[in-house]
Amino acid sequence: MKVKLQDHILVPKHEILSEEEARELLETLGVKEEELPKIRVDDPIVKELGAKRGNIIRIIREDELVGVSIAYRLVV
Amino acid sequence: MIPKRVSGIKFEVLGPKEIRKMSVVKIITPETYDDDGFPIEFGLMDPRLGVIDPGLKCRTCGGRAGECSGHFGHIELAAPVIHVGYAKLIARLLNGTCRECGRILMKDERRDRFIEMIEERKKLGREYDDIIKEVFRITKSTKKCPHCGTEQIEVKFEKPTFYYENEHRLTPRDVRERLEKIPDEDLPAFGMDPQAVRPEWMVLTVLPVPPVTVRPSIILETGQRSEDDLTHKLVDIIRINQRFMENKEAGAPQLILEDLWELLQYHVTTYLDNEVSGIPPARHRSGRPLKTLAQRLKGKEGRFRGSLSGKRVNFSARTVISPDPNLSINEVGVPQEIAEELTVPIYVTSKNIDEVREFILRDEHPKANYVIREDGRRIRIIESNRDELAEKLSPGWIVERQLMDGDIVLFNRQPSLHRMSIMAHYVRVLPYKTFRLNPAVCPPYNADFDGDEMNLHVPQSLEAQAEAKMLMAVQDHILSPRFGGPIIGGIHDHISGLYLLTRGEKLFNKAEVMEIVRPLEVTKLPEPKYDGKWSGKQIFSMILPDITIEFKAEICQNCEVCKGVECENDAYVYIKDGVLVTGTIDENAVGAFKGIIIDEIIRKFGSEEAKKFIDNMTKLAIRAIMYTGFTVGIDDIDIPDEARKQIEQVIKEAEERVWRLIDAYNQGNLEPMPGRSTEETLEMKIMQELGRARDMAGKIAGKYLGMENAAVIMAVSGARGSMLNLTQMVACIGQQSVRGERIRRGYTYTDRTLPHFKPGDLGPEARGFIRSSYKEGLNPIEFFFHAVGGREGLVDTAVRTSQSGYLQRRLINALQDLKVDYDGMVKEQTSGLLIQFRYGQDGIDPMKSFRGKGVDVKRIIREVKTEE
Repeated sequence: MKVKLQDHILVPKHEILSEEEARELLETLGVKEEELPKIRVDDPIVKELGAKRGNIIRIIREDELVGVSIAYRLVV
Repeated sequence: MIPKRVSGIKFEVLGPKEIRKMSVVKIITPETYDDDGFPIEFGLMDPRLGVIDPGLKCRTCGGRAGECSGHFGHIELAAPVIHVGYAKLIARLLNGTCRECGRILMKDERRDRFIEMIEERKKLGREYDDIIKEVFRITKSTKKCPHCGTEQIEVKFEKPTFYYENEHRLTPRDVRERLEKIPDEDLPAFGMDPQAVRPEWMVLTVLPVPPVTVRPSIILETGQRSEDDLTHKLVDIIRINQRFMENKEAGAPQLILEDLWELLQYHVTTYLDNEVSGIPPARHRSGRPLKTLAQRLKGKEGRFRGSLSGKRVNFSARTVISPDPNLSINEVGVPQEIAEELTVPIYVTSKNIDEVREFILRDEHPKANYVIREDGRRIRIIESNRDELAEKLSPGWIVERQLMDGDIVLFNRQPSLHRMSIMAHYVRVLPYKTFRLNPAVCPPYNADFDGDEMNLHVPQSLEAQAEAKMLMAVQDHILSPRFGGPIIGGIHDHISGLYLLTRGEKLFNKAEVMEIVRPLEVTKLPEPKYDGKWSGKQIFSMILPDITIEFKAEICQNCEVCKGVECENDAYVYIKDGVLVTGTIDENAVGAFKGIIIDEIIRKFGSEEAKKFIDNMTKLAIRAIMYTGFTVGIDDIDIPDEARKQIEQVIKEAEERVWRLIDAYNQGNLEPMPGRSTEETLEMKIMQELGRARDMAGKIAGKYLGMENAAVIMAVSGARGSMLNLTQMVACIGQQSVRGERIRRGYTYTDRTLPHFKPGDLGPEARGFIRSSYKEGLNPIEFFFHAVGGREGLVDTAVRTSQSGYLQRRLINALQDLKVDYDGMVKEQTSGLLIQFRYGQDGIDPMKSFRGKGVDVKRIIREVKTEE
C-alpha cells in the first residue's frame, strides 16, 4: 500500500507552478530563479508530485499563529 | 572612480622561486645588532627588511617607519624540511602515488572521471571534499601501480613530521624527490591546482623571513633590547642551519648530520606552530612557551578573533554600577573623574567660536582637554598654552570638550545578548566613583548591584550622536522585540511600594500626601475622596496619563467566576480616564516583562510619556514604601504551634500513603499506569503524593502567615520570591530530585543511597524527601540529599550558559547578513538568496506587535466602545 504524503495532516499543500505562473512569480518577487529557496529533486514530496529540476513548487501552509502563508521552492 | 570589488580569494602555496623573488636579502648570520646597537647586515635585523625605529629610512624603499610596511628576506636551508602544516597532506599524497614513477595509483580514464566530477561540483559552487576523500581512499588501497607495475609499500605517517616505509625512515629529501615526480596532470584528482601548488613545495628548501615590522624588538626601561619570539626562533633556525652546513662541508659522519637535520626540522616545525602534538614546545629562557606563527593566528586572542573581529576603542569608560532612583531611566550618572577624561569633539565654526573659546579658557570641569588644528595636529591644553590657543582658535579646528550634563552616551553591559544590552543615556555628572542608573533599567541589561561593571562609550560625531538619540534611546526600547511587551518596568521595591499604596482604601492626610508626592511632577492635588483625606489609589492616579483599561492583577486568585470590579481581593484593576477606580497595582500592572499599564501608555501616548510614567512611578513607589517601612525578618516566617501540628499531620499522612503504595508494590497489587512499568508507576505516584503534601503544608503555612506578612506581600505582588520559596522556609522543603527522579544513586551494589538505610528501602526519607523547613534546619541525612539536589542545579546552570553561548555565537554568524527588504522579504545581503517570503511568515514586527499578535482585538473593541 502506498501512502500519499499529501494526505497527512502535518504535510502542507504542495503544487507545481505552470511555466506561466513561474514566470509571473519571479517577476513579482523580483528575484532570479536561483535565489529562491531550494528543494531536492529526490525529496519524497517532489517525487510524489512528479516535479522536474527547474520546476517551482508552491507550498501553502496553514498555521495557528500566523494564518496562511505561502512559500516557493525551486527543484534542484 | 569605479569601486573595486573582490570577486574571490584564492590561496596558493609559496614556491621556492617565489620566495627568492620576493626576498630583498639572504639572511646568513644569526646575529642581530652589533655592540654599538646598529643592525648587522645579512642578519635578522638587516636594514633592508624595513624600519621600526622612528626617524630612520628603509634601505629598500626609502619609506619612514609607518610608511614602509617592510620587506621579506629569506634563509637558504642546508637541507629540506617538512612543513608541519602540510605534513598530513604529504602523507596522503605519498600513499596516493607510485613510489617509483610518481603517477597516481589509478588508471587514467578513472582519474579523468574523478577530475570531471570535481570540475562539475566546482562549477555549481558546491563542496567536493567527499570526492577527493574517495580518490585518496581508492589510491591508498591500490597495491600495485597500474602504470609501471611496482608493488606499493604503505607509508606510515607519524606525528608531527615523520614518514616510515617498513621501519625505514624517509628523509625529507626522499619525500621531496617523490613529490617532484607527481605529474601536473594527476594533481587535479587530488584537489590541487598545478598552476598554484606543486606538491614538492610543501617540503621547504627556502624559508621566508618576515620583515622586522612583523616582529619588532622592544627596548626595555633598562635600555636592553628584547627581541620578538619570532626573531628568537629564526635565530635558532639560522644557527642550526649554519652548523649543519659547516659539518656537511667538513665531511662529518652521517649520524651527526642526521641529528642536526632532525634539530633543524624541530626548529622549523616549532617556528611554524609551537603547539604541535608529539614534540615539546620551544620555550623562552624563562620557561614560557614561545608564541610562534600559528599561535599568532589561533584562538580567542589570535589575529582573527582577537584583532580583526574584535577591536579596542577609545572614548570609553568602565566602572562598577550602583542604583539611583532619582535619575530618569534615560540618564546615567557618570563620576566626575571619568567625565574629566572623556571628551566630545566640537567642530569650530564662525557661529560657535565664542562658545568654544569659553571652554578653552576654563580651568575646571566642563573645560576643553585638547584642540586639533586644521593640519591635524593634536595639542593638549595646559596652563601655559591656554591663552595662546584661545587666541589662535579659528573655524575648522576641532576642540575636545569634557563630557558634561546632557551629552549622549552609549551604555552597555556584557554579555550583549540582545539589542537592549546597549542603549543611549543622557549624562549626569555626579560625585563618587560608580556609574549610577535607575533600577528600572536593570532588566534589559540584566544588571544587579552586587559588583557588576558596565561600559560607557562617547559618540564622536554629530551623526553618531543623532543616531544614538533617535534609535538607541532607552525609552525607545521599553517595548522588547522579543515578546512585544515592556521589558523596562518596576522591580522589587517599586512593586511592593505600589502594592502597599494602592491595596484597599488607605487614607492619607494632606501633609502625608505632600510628603509622598514631593518628588513628582504633580502641580495640583485632586479633590480629596474622604473628608480631607486622599486614598492611596488617588495618589497613584496622579501620575497616570489619561488611559482607560481593565485587567486582572497578579494577586488574582483565578476564581471560577470572575466578579470583575466587585472582586473581594481588590485584584481586578479598573482604570477609567486616568483614575484608578478599583484594584491593586502589582507586577502585572507595572512590572518589567508584564507591565500592562506601561504597555497601554506607550501605545496610546508614545515612548516619551511612558518614560515619564516610569520615572514618576519609581519615585512614587519608593516614597510609598518608605512611608510604611518594609522589612523581612526571621519572625516573618514564624507560625503558631497549631499550624506546625497541622503540617506535621499532613506530612505524616502522606508518608503513610506512600508506605501503603510501597506495600502494594511489594505484594504485586499495584496497578501499572498505561505505558509504564510498575516501578515507574510507583515512583510517579510517590512523587505526586509527596508533592501534594508539600503544597498542602505550604497552604497551611500561607494561611497562618496572613496577607500582612512582608514576605507574603512580596510573593503575591510578584516583587520577589514565590510562595514555594516561602513554603520551603516555613513548612517543608520537600522532595529532592536528580534528573526529575527521586534520589536513587549511591551504593548501587546494596541498592541504597546511604549506609543508614536497609538495602532496597523505597521510603520517603531514604530517597531524599526532606520533612524539615529551612527555618527548622535539616538533619544530617536531609542535608546530604539537599546537597545532592543542589549540586545538580549548579552543574546545570554552568553547562547551560556555555552551551547556549556557543549556540548563539553560531546563530549570529549564520544570520548576520540577513535583512528584511523593503518588500518585506528576508534576503541574504551578499548572495541575494531569499530566506523568507514574508518576515516571520506574517510580516509582523514583534516590537510593534501586541505580545506577539499582529492585532489587539480587545483594544480595538474598547476604543470603538469609548468612541460611541
